[in-house]
Amino acid sequence: MADNLPAILYVAAGILFILALRGLSNPETARQGNRFGMIGMAIAVVTTLFVLEDKGIGTWFFVLVAIAAGAAPGAYIARKIPMTAMPQLVAAFHSLVGLAAVLIAWAAFLAPVAFNIGEPGHIHAGSALEMSLGVAIGAITFSGSIIAFAKLNGNMSGKPIMLPMRHPINLGLGLLILLFIGMLMTGEQSATTFFLLTLAAFVLGFLLIIPIGGADMPVVVSMLNSYSGWAAAGIGFTLENMALIITGALVGSSGAILSYIMCKGMNRSFVSVILGGFGGDDAAAAIGGEDDRPVKQGSADDAAFVMKNANKVIIVPGYGMAVAQAQHALREMADLLKSEGVEVKYAIHPVAGRMPGHMNVLLAEAQVPYDEVFELEDINSEFRTADVAFVIGANDVTNPSAKTDKTSPIYGMPVLNVEDAGTVLFVKRSMASGYAGVQNELFFRDNTMMLFGDAKKMCEDIVKAF
Amino acid sequence: MQDKKEQVEEAAKAAEEAAKAAEAAAANATGNADAAQAAADQARDIADQLAIIAASSPISDFVFLATIFILAIFVGYYVVWSVTPALHTPLMSVTNAISSVVIVGALIALGADLSDSVMSFWPKFFGFVAVALASVNIFGGFLVTQRMLAMYKKKER
Repeated sequence: MADNLPAILYVAAGILFILALRGLSNPETARQGNRFGMIGMAIAVVTTLFVLEDKGIGTWFFVLVAIAAGAAPGAYIARKIPMTAMPQLVAAFHSLVGLAAVLIAWAAFLAPVAFNIGEPGHIHAGSALEMSLGVAIGAITFSGSIIAFAKLNGNMSGKPIMLPMRHPINLGLGLLILLFIGMLMTGEQSATTFFLLTLAAFVLGFLLIIPIGGADMPVVVSMLNSYSGWAAAGIGFTLENMALIITGALVGSSGAILSYIMCKGMNRSFVSVILGGFGGDDAAAAIGGEDDRPVKQGSADDAAFVMKNANKVIIVPGYGMAVAQAQHALREMADLLKSEGVEVKYAIHPVAGRMPGHMNVLLAEAQVPYDEVFELEDINSEFRTADVAFVIGANDVTNPSAKTDKTSPIYGMPVLNVEDAGTVLFVKRSMASGYAGVQNELFFRDNTMMLFGDAKKMCEDIVKAF
Repeated sequence: MQDKKEQVEEAAKAAEEAAKAAEAAAANATGNADAAQAAADQARDIADQLAIIAASSPISDFVFLATIFILAIFVGYYVVWSVTPALHTPLMSVTNAISSVVIVGALIALGADLSDSVMSFWPKFFGFVAVALASVNIFGGFLVTQRMLAMYKKKER
């Protein structure tokens, strides 16, 4: 009985975590789901505190200090972080989970008796495998997330960094990791071996992410999300703890599904993203070379005039909107349009932004009701009936050559059919091509008007012009 | 299952002791054949007992845990596909928060009784740091998710 109660409580925590994810099927139930998640976490922590071996005053003191030391910065960051910085925040959080998993695996390696997995130097082969996987995946998650954070936060160029011989090096490191795991399982359990395993995994995580460009970060962030789950599951097997195993499986599959959705949104295979080398922030010269065809250029006044006389406007936001922090000005513009009797909708491409669902959060922050925001497949047929498509900070996801030009690198990628709208208004800083380095045919169409300038300033100017 | 494991462990310990006793008796070479015989018998009995316990255990712990793991992956698969794309960012931040349940492992390390262990500082130190790191994530992850979800509003009609 003494052992069964904690086990049941851990399962209960796992079930609450499942409900937390289940709630996210709808914004109405999501808040309740988040509360379930918090309750589950509280149950897991309190249960663990009750089964600790050493319940001395010293332990309680250190537990409280450690939790307080983490809770204070965590709560502070959660309150202060701007929504545009969510991708890098999530990457930073992933790195913490990874590092925590590494440290726990090390603690278990050094004090196996406390974890019930054998004696120092004589850890059971199964447990050695589980903790080795935990430490390796944790270390890859940690260093990979640090790089992803630096790229997203602008501490590091978003350009892919291509090392020579990187594939053989990565393969070699992978084999080395397997070798160390094998050694640990067959009884070669010196701290040196475990250290080398950790080190090799750290280096591999670093090397895996540096060749991946800034615009492929949605896939990378989702992938690291998945890894942090598998690392937790590895630790869970070591501890034979149900809450960790269930959570690891949930998070692992969640990240994997998000990676898949992101890859599909770009029509790229997961392997080609991981191999990297595509998608710098400012890709080199457009594939079609310089283009000096004339474009129709307009001012904020022209845009205001066109939109005021429209019946239906569909707004297509992209990463550029996030960079310019234009979401509030955009919503103000949309409100004015609505007060003029114009129907306003938003169309979101799956890979718009730097993480899954990035645009939706920004629009929600600007108090755009979520039932005005639509996904690609739900709104794509509506562009035909729209008078104006207002593209702000997006480019490649609107490029019609993805549908027609078989030689284009983005051929086959699902795109928003903005060209079907009566007029396309394109807010852009310059004529530069998007991250795929492809010229957008749309700029030169007769029904396209380019609005050059900063996205936020343009929206404010349009508001003034009304 | 835990009980059974303890039983097995206890039996294994007893068997070891009996074997040691037998060895000692033999080493003494005092010709005390009776003592050696008794110890050997005891060891055999315990071994038989172990075999019975092992045979009556239908699956190993690992298979049991792996079953839970695989079923949870399937649950995760269906639950995550039902998440609306508009909430994919909160999905990531909340999965992040719940994966910090690794704090359980960190707490076990921090609260371990290592008084008769060779190494007592480092495991506890690692546990301490890991508890702090996981706490950043737990509080940060859940609160930022809450903050985001509070922003999703329906149209006012």
